[in-house]
Amino acid sequence: MNYHWNWHIFLEPAPSGTGTYFDMLLSGLVLTIETSLLAWVIALLFGTIVGVMRTLPSRAASAIGFCYVEFFRNMPLLVQLFLWFFVLPELLPRGIGLWMKQLQNAPFYTAAIGIGLFMSARVAEQLRAGIGAMPRGQKMAATALGLTTAQAYIYILLPIAFRIILPPLTSEFLNTIKNTAVAITIGLIELTGEARAMQEFSFQVFEAFTAATLMYLAINVVVVVAMRLLERSVAVPGTIAGK
Amino acid sequence: MFSSFDFDVIRRSLAYLFLDGMTFTLMLTGLAALGGLVFGTLIALMRLSGYRLMGRIAGLYVDFMRSLPLVLVIFWFYFLVPYIGQWLTGAARPIRVGAFASSLITFILFEAAYFSEIMRAGIQSISKGQPAASYALGLTYSQTMRYVVLPQAFRNMLPILLTQTIVLFQDTSLVYVLSIPDFLGAASKVAQRDGRLVEMYLFAALVYFTISCVASYGVRRLQARIAIVR
Repeated sequence: MNYHWNWHIFLEPAPSGTGTYFDMLLSGLVLTIETSLLAWVIALLFGTIVGVMRTLPSRAASAIGFCYVEFFRNMPLLVQLFLWFFVLPELLPRGIGLWMKQLQNAPFYTAAIGIGLFMSARVAEQLRAGIGAMPRGQKMAATALGLTTAQAYIYILLPIAFRIILPPLTSEFLNTIKNTAVAITIGLIELTGEARAMQEFSFQVFEAFTAATLMYLAINVVVVVAMRLLERSVAVPGTIAGK
Repeated sequence: MFSSFDFDVIRRSLAYLFLDGMTFTLMLTGLAALGGLVFGTLIALMRLSGYRLMGRIAGLYVDFMRSLPLVLVIFWFYFLVPYIGQWLTGAARPIRVGAFASSLITFILFEAAYFSEIMRAGIQSISKGQPAASYALGLTYSQTMRYVVLPQAFRNMLPILLTQTIVLFQDTSLVYVLSIPDFLGAASKVAQRDGRLVEMYLFAALVYFTISCVASYGVRRLQARIAIVR
């Protein structure tokens, strides 16, 4: 191979003027983490609401939940981001549209909201499965004790359902982190974006991508280890997972 | 709100969108699914082979691929494949690889990791008596796999494999980052040329939505039909 390896490239100053190439990648890493955390909060919030709606006895509520999930699941994430970023400001009244376009950090908010809503459909499906996996007696006992439907969900069903679905939620969180790379298409310079920028400035393609790859692997390891600890401490007693 | 809509831009570009763009997307989806299934099955067999080293290598490959964003993997292979080609053919300089070949290799290797997990679950769900009976009949390992285990595993996992293929169909839109004219890339080109982002992106969204919806409805029907009655 006649490729020129140069691992010292990371210590050289980047043309962006904010430090070395390594600093550049680090700032991308931080942005990736920030975007995925905000997206994950949105995904959990909306996913919980829609997931609960899908298990309610009300037909209308579960139909709305079904449509929500189908809407966000059947379009590529990239297309959804384009819809939020390019199409939505045009469809809204002029003033609001203009404000959205001029918003500072528009790619960041668009990415966090777009990825958050995209993932919320998946969280909703996991939560529905989790609530469905619980014995019917739980809901009945809650009702027999005089709890309202809302109370039954808040105090009985949701706390246990979330503990049951923690493992699949871990992989959905990892998917959220990976999906932030798609936001490169709407101009968010996160980790993949910084690696790409470094490749364009320095022509050291493989060093840049290797560093980004290692950083993604590191995030994964941290998340997996943290979630495993959490899983162990909140395992539901009496199930195979618990003792 | 829709008064300034120019529906004609969609009609004018239909031929380009579907004959060029959608053909590329569907070809890529189909071939990547097939290749991913073949490689994925091989990886699953390696993991379940009982040889520690082979199992470890296959496991590492799957974990590695699954912890990287697809966009980064697309960039990796886009730059790496020419060098691999040079190394394989012994050419003097990195060889030229077309957009289609490059993205096909990327998607096959990436999806193989996901398909292998599905096939592994499928193989593990076959009862032990099946391979035991086939060994007792004198079939070799490869015969047991080819005629007894894999057909059943494949059948049991068919709905999940197809669902993964729908995900793959949506993921192929990410070749956009290499400016390749797949369906979304074609729509985007027309959108930017004519300054009609709203119309083109809404139309692209509608097409992806319709295809995915119909396909997943089909998978649900199939699932109900082929479920083995036990």
